[in-house]
Amino acid sequence: MNKRIYTHPILENLSTNEEISFSFNSETLSAYKGDTIATALLANQIRTLRYHEESGSPRGIYCNIGHCFECRVTVNDYPGIRACLTLVEEDMVITSGKKLPQPLKHGGEENA
Amino acid sequence: MLDAMIIGAGPAGLSAAISAAQHGLHVEIVDEYYQPGGRLLGQLHQEPDGEWWNGIEETEKLLEQIESLHITIHCSTSVYDLQKVNKKWVTYTDQGNWESQAVLIATGATESPTPIPGWTLPGVMSIGAAQVLTNVQRIQPGERGVVIGVNVLSFAIARELQLAGVDVAGMLLPPPHLLSKSEGVPQEVLSSLLRFSHLAPSVLMHRGAPFVKGRLAKNLVTAFYPEKGMGVWGIPLQLRRTALEIKGKNQVEGIRVAKVNRKGELRNAITHDIDVDFVCIAGGLSPLAELAAIAGCKFIHEDALGGYVPVHNEKMETAVSGLYVAGNITGIESAKVAISQGTIAGLVIAKSLGARMINGKINEALQEVESRRAAATIQFHPHVISSRESLYKTKKTQ
Repeated sequence: MNKRIYTHPILENLSTNEEISFSFNSETLSAYKGDTIATALLANQIRTLRYHEESGSPRGIYCNIGHCFECRVTVNDYPGIRACLTLVEEDMVITSGKKLPQPLKHGGEENA
Repeated sequence: MLDAMIIGAGPAGLSAAISAAQHGLHVEIVDEYYQPGGRLLGQLHQEPDGEWWNGIEETEKLLEQIESLHITIHCSTSVYDLQKVNKKWVTYTDQGNWESQAVLIATGATESPTPIPGWTLPGVMSIGAAQVLTNVQRIQPGERGVVIGVNVLSFAIARELQLAGVDVAGMLLPPPHLLSKSEGVPQEVLSSLLRFSHLAPSVLMHRGAPFVKGRLAKNLVTAFYPEKGMGVWGIPLQLRRTALEIKGKNQVEGIRVAKVNRKGELRNAITHDIDVDFVCIAGGLSPLAELAAIAGCKFIHEDALGGYVPVHNEKMETAVSGLYVAGNITGIESAKVAISQGTIAGLVIAKSLGARMINGKINEALQEVESRRAAATIQFHPHVISSRESLYKTKKTQ
């Protein structure tokens, strides 16, 4: 579970935010204004942002500050967008990268 | 054309912009992140006097000055090249190019990864990622997790996770391999921990600290270190346990740990699994210096500064004319040091472009760096001061 931290013993309380809606892999979800794509999805308990192009293994955020590019997603048909650096916007359409076909690998055998 | 372009809106970049603009320079700042502050934003720790160092408040203080000086910060702007063209610097970004007489690179640091089987599973993240999630973005990285890698940064952040209600089931050593080096050896880790024992209200740590100087003493302290670990703020600090593998199908479900001996070697591989839903990997920080490399800086490797740093002097000048560096790109130190390094850089750039300033202003700023360095609560390496002295001596003779 990835819960929001509304109250904190030292830091100020999280002020309730304006809700916005967006879609991820065709599912309509809501988030707070000011969320990145990554935190918007975490708040919806979604950790997998993409599947590795070759192995198909699930990937989520790793560094969360734009260095590692593990969190890249497609936003409004624009690929390679870092979910950790990009603020979610109303009606944004986000999709995950999928495992790509590998016609030349292992003589072209499917799933070899 | 700008007088100076500043790359990085963290503590060094912001303070440089302030001191340069206070002396009449037209400066602008670019930063890849969506809000200014850099990694200062996430910092939250208690100073020895009991006061909290709150990175969000410290950032706000800097931003108030930025605003009153009308300095523009371009967020969400990625720099991909930096070149001198016809005696002008050109900063190439995904939002267009800027020309300037001088450039300050204040790009900070990056975390060194420590690869462990299973580390690509969603739910595994760098310790810094967990800090940003928790303190800046206010979402828990998970319900219950472990931290792999015991160092000053992971120690401070484990505490921050706990403050935000996250269950930290333990701090473990990385598996012994080439990349983890001494970070997988209990003796070495313990002696590095004792350097910041003031952060941990724990009897053994306080008692151990004065004795850490000699090798024999270090061995004794490690020998008496409880095999099952000890609680620091209630977090089990397990210097005799190493993380072998992160388990899970579609995300983190657990971690397999093994007992190690005092040298960090696996002992008959007795393993057990801990249920967790997130894992933080803490491999330490190193300067983020690619832009300095493409701009033509020479580099030097200094362990005490966190790795390769662009050759520079105490006035934050590189050997390339019109190119300056400040903050963690010059070596891994605290944000307070970065802020005062930024002040120097801003003043030195202003002076080089003919700005008038009070005599001794730069010397005053140089002294400020030294005193902040000496008083640093979080010191990343015991030889920072001597390493800097030798670097700056080398630079003078060149």
